[in-house]
Amino acid sequence: MSQINTQSGAAIANDAVLIDPVEVARARAKRRDRVLQWLLPLIIFAIAIFLWDQLCVWNEIPSYILPRPGLVWNTLVTDWGLLSFSLLNTLKITFLSLALAIGGGVGLAVLFTVSRRVEMSLFPFAIILQVTPIVAVFPLINIYVDDQTAKLLLCAWIVAFFPILSNTTLGLNSVDHNLRDLYRLYGASRWQTLWHLQLPAAMPFFLGGLKIAGGLALIGAVVAEFVAGAAGQSSGLASRIIEAGYRLNAPRLFAALLLISVTGILIFFATSLISHLILRKWHESALKREI
Amino acid sequence: MNQSPLISLNGITKSFSNGTVALRDMAMDVQQGEFVSLLGPSGCGKSTALRIIAGLAPATTGTVSWGDTSDSSVADSSHDVSFVFQEPTLMPWATVFGNVFLPLKLKGQSKAAAREAVMEALALVGLEQFENSYPRELSGGMKMRVSIARALVTRPRLLLMDEPFAALDEITRFKLNNDLLELWQRFNWTVIFVTHSVFESVYLSNRIVVMAARPGRVVDDMAVDAPYPRDESFRTSDIYSQHCREVSAALHKAMDSYQPGTAA
Repeated sequence: MSQINTQSGAAIANDAVLIDPVEVARARAKRRDRVLQWLLPLIIFAIAIFLWDQLCVWNEIPSYILPRPGLVWNTLVTDWGLLSFSLLNTLKITFLSLALAIGGGVGLAVLFTVSRRVEMSLFPFAIILQVTPIVAVFPLINIYVDDQTAKLLLCAWIVAFFPILSNTTLGLNSVDHNLRDLYRLYGASRWQTLWHLQLPAAMPFFLGGLKIAGGLALIGAVVAEFVAGAAGQSSGLASRIIEAGYRLNAPRLFAALLLISVTGILIFFATSLISHLILRKWHESALKREI
Repeated sequence: MNQSPLISLNGITKSFSNGTVALRDMAMDVQQGEFVSLLGPSGCGKSTALRIIAGLAPATTGTVSWGDTSDSSVADSSHDVSFVFQEPTLMPWATVFGNVFLPLKLKGQSKAAAREAVMEALALVGLEQFENSYPRELSGGMKMRVSIARALVTRPRLLLMDEPFAALDEITRFKLNNDLLELWQRFNWTVIFVTHSVFESVYLSNRIVVMAARPGRVVDDMAVDAPYPRDESFRTSDIYSQHCREVSAALHKAMDSYQPGTAA
């Protein structure tokens, strides 16, 4: 039988803290989960790559239909000059539009909280802009905007700014009403209330919006380029994919796709990291709890 | 007693646009140095009265006059009012220091200039070692202490407390009751304390204003003439239980006198 009894446990506790078997098992499970969290997806990923490779071999699928993973990797290396040039273009559009989305989204959200009437007047249009599929709007942008970069930026911005706007607006309006009263009691100016109270309170909401917007900016940049059919100096990864599709150059198509995918993953990790660094000290979402 | 009151409410009525009368014809004088409890059931307008005194809400009719000046719109920080809410109401993104520093920051003081005052306020509530902690690292009682320190840091003439200890466990509440009384005596503050606990009001106050609901109004004004300092032995004394009985009786009478139809 187990010796761990409440009485004897308390007596021995002077030397070392006794931990009951349930807690021991829980701690072990926690350590195991931490490893599995990374290990399991890696194993599945490796198996998927292996099966993909074997599928090509077993069925003798030609490389212009489905290239083997090794070939995709080789193409990535040999075509790196071309692909990296396109990647840079796509990244440029993505991050510029994300920066503009942050500026525009937060700026508009602040304007909305300063004036309720501005919010009433403009918010419906933000929603219209959001719910209308960008692909349908793009031909218009194509007619009215000449500059290729501006065209793509506008397109990606429209897609990315809404989550930041709506989340930040929600955050700015979610301030604890007692804290608001406190600021009034101490005669805070509107600016002080915005800077010291509303913006920090909106931070978790904004960061949630940023995580979504980061991914959307990339999607916007790629979709815009698909529709715009960019070529030459400003051509990004989407153009490489279209071009490779026309030429039945599946390995390069896969390589470009891989780059877009990896970019998206890195953006997600970057925004998650930023969010964690800012919120870890105080926000509930960043808390680690015992029990 | 013949000095002019620190603050007096004259015929304060507060009604809302939906026809609810939260407070009807409330009159009350509070002397400098008094510890007054507003005691009553929920809906009796005690919190509304506190908000009107703080200048956070306007009265529909009536005036709030201060000893030196007469001014019905009290939203003027020169009156040096501090407010303690039922919740600690701390900014989670700011440290304990940052939270207590807030009133001084809003008044335009620099961190360095305010440091001494902030640390002094933290020392008064026994939290000077926690200046760099974040609210989430503190217990409920400690958070409430931070909230009190924030109210003290401006050295207010009037401290308004809206059921500040209602959400705490009894042991913590008793401890904070004693700490509050000690600070009150030491600094000769004036406190208006809203509560729905008969025991708490008797233990703390030298005067209890009993209120009734629908419409919110004052029904009794009782003195608790037990000497300070009061400590745990006061809780078991005869005079304490006698006062509790009297206040309870007044409160029940107030609740029985509920007249439907007067709320229009």
